[in-house]
Amino acid sequence: MASRLGRGTLGRFVMVRLAATVVLLLALSFVVFALLYLAPGDPARNLLGPRNPSPELLAAIRAEYHLDDPFVTQYVRWIGDVVRGDLGTSIRSEIAVTSLLADRVVLTAELAIMAFVITLVVAVPLGVRAAWRAGSVFDRTVSLASIVGVGAPSYAVGLLLLYLLGVRFQLFPVYGIGDGGLDQLWHLVLPAVTLAIGIGALVFKLTRTAVLGELEQDYVAFARARGLSEGAVRRLVLRNALIPVVTSGGLVFAFLFGGTILVEVTFALPGIGGLLAGSVTFKDIPVVQAITLLTATVIALTALAVDIVTYTIDPRVRARGLR
Amino acid sequence: MTARRQLTPVVAAIPLVIVAVFAAASNWLAPDARVQDILTGVTPPGTAGHLFGTDTNGRDIAQLAIAGARTAVVGPVVIALGSMCIGLVLGTVAGYLGGAVDLALSKYADLLLALPTTLIALVVAGLVDGGYWVTVAVLVVLFSPTDIRMVRGAVISQSTRPYVESAKALGLGRVRIMFRHIVPNVLPVAFTTMLLNVAFALVAVSALSFLGLGVGPGEPDWGRQLSDARDLLGRNWAAAVVPGVLIIVTAAAINLLGDWAQERFERRGSGR
Repeated sequence: MASRLGRGTLGRFVMVRLAATVVLLLALSFVVFALLYLAPGDPARNLLGPRNPSPELLAAIRAEYHLDDPFVTQYVRWIGDVVRGDLGTSIRSEIAVTSLLADRVVLTAELAIMAFVITLVVAVPLGVRAAWRAGSVFDRTVSLASIVGVGAPSYAVGLLLLYLLGVRFQLFPVYGIGDGGLDQLWHLVLPAVTLAIGIGALVFKLTRTAVLGELEQDYVAFARARGLSEGAVRRLVLRNALIPVVTSGGLVFAFLFGGTILVEVTFALPGIGGLLAGSVTFKDIPVVQAITLLTATVIALTALAVDIVTYTIDPRVRARGLR
Repeated sequence: MTARRQLTPVVAAIPLVIVAVFAAASNWLAPDARVQDILTGVTPPGTAGHLFGTDTNGRDIAQLAIAGARTAVVGPVVIALGSMCIGLVLGTVAGYLGGAVDLALSKYADLLLALPTTLIALVVAGLVDGGYWVTVAVLVVLFSPTDIRMVRGAVISQSTRPYVESAKALGLGRVRIMFRHIVPNVLPVAFTTMLLNVAFALVAVSALSFLGLGVGPGEPDWGRQLSDARDLLGRNWAAAVVPGVLIIVTAAAINLLGDWAQERFERRGSGR
């Protein structure tokens, strides 16, 4: 009975959240399109570079890219194409945006996943340990480091690491992505560590606060009074404390995606972020739209996944129901 | 423990005062920051007359870093102040009035929060390319949703307090209750958020100039200095290390101060 009820509610929960996500993405796509539509600068002129084009040539290019149509027509055509999987053609390279992205998305995903794993493996245990020993030298040291880490911009940290570990001690490759496979992963270690520092500091803080919050709960005092072993108490605390850590996953992912731009530029990696930085300066609007929308989709879907996971693992959220 | 808590703001303030002096007196401290000497080009630290050497254009790294403090500090302070003004007005209105206004403002904040700030800032500032102040304006807008949310939450928790009830009973107008009575009580929290926002804005502004947006080419700026230094790592390490350390230390000092303020205000708040 309880499980059937649970599953039915979960189904409804997923449907409602999915619908909300679709609405959010549509709204975002409209904003993204409007922003780029309103942006000053003429993509047709950018395409031709410094040459002084004839009006006929400009008109021909405008017609080819539908730059003269009314706003709503352009938006509807664009969103229709997007839904069919056609993201248009890059104005700069004249390559289909989808294949341009396909070449680079793997690298960015590898970088983001590697940074994510490093963050979880390092920051969560440190946060738990710091909370167990709140006020100790260990706690104070790591907490101070996390305050520095939260504010440290990846491009500055990246260059410092690049100088120290790449140029000075030559432990890591300096630029590029290597020859694929393991070598590529090896080239991504330093960028991933750079990316992980800021977000790791955040996850550390979050974990520490969550565990400390749980340790103050009555059930901990009760469990200790009942004579449960310290190990058993800690297992209880951890199970509860990790809920907010899991739910912050969406935030972590948003951070990682925003962060890849700077890290990819710092380390000259040919990923999505580097492509975006280049496309913005060139006003390569189809590419910018596609990447912005792709990022928004990844983040929205992650948030959705996090909500569903929270809903399944946290009975309190389930009890509150749909809100 | 108390002594240590008193020590934190002092330690954090030292680098901030230094950077503020750099920013205020850069014309006087670093008169030659813009002087180029292409014939000399890159020189390593310790070269005669150049403590930290020079960059590709022969500009003195130390002077550039001192002069770069201005764009690093002024913009972020403006961003934090500006977005908090928006946050205080819209957040108070949303929190106190509730209903449709609240819903609309919250959805607006959600929409802006759905994308990473760096990404939108890059896209908007890049497409508008109007220089430093346009970038600052874009960031004011992008920073406002967190402020709106924070103020909204604080206002909601204030609205149930007895003093608001008595103001209502006295028949005071809504605007007067909101801005004369509730807002002053929200200010301590707003101040902490603003402090932390300065650090985030510093990182964001420098990030955009690192990507080649915002500050004009040739202008002294930490982010731009770092981006120029990428190709100099083997020839002049100080070109990257000096502005890099400055950004990291400044951001860390502000965060430390913000963290300390937060702890103080929260403790005071919960004591009541």
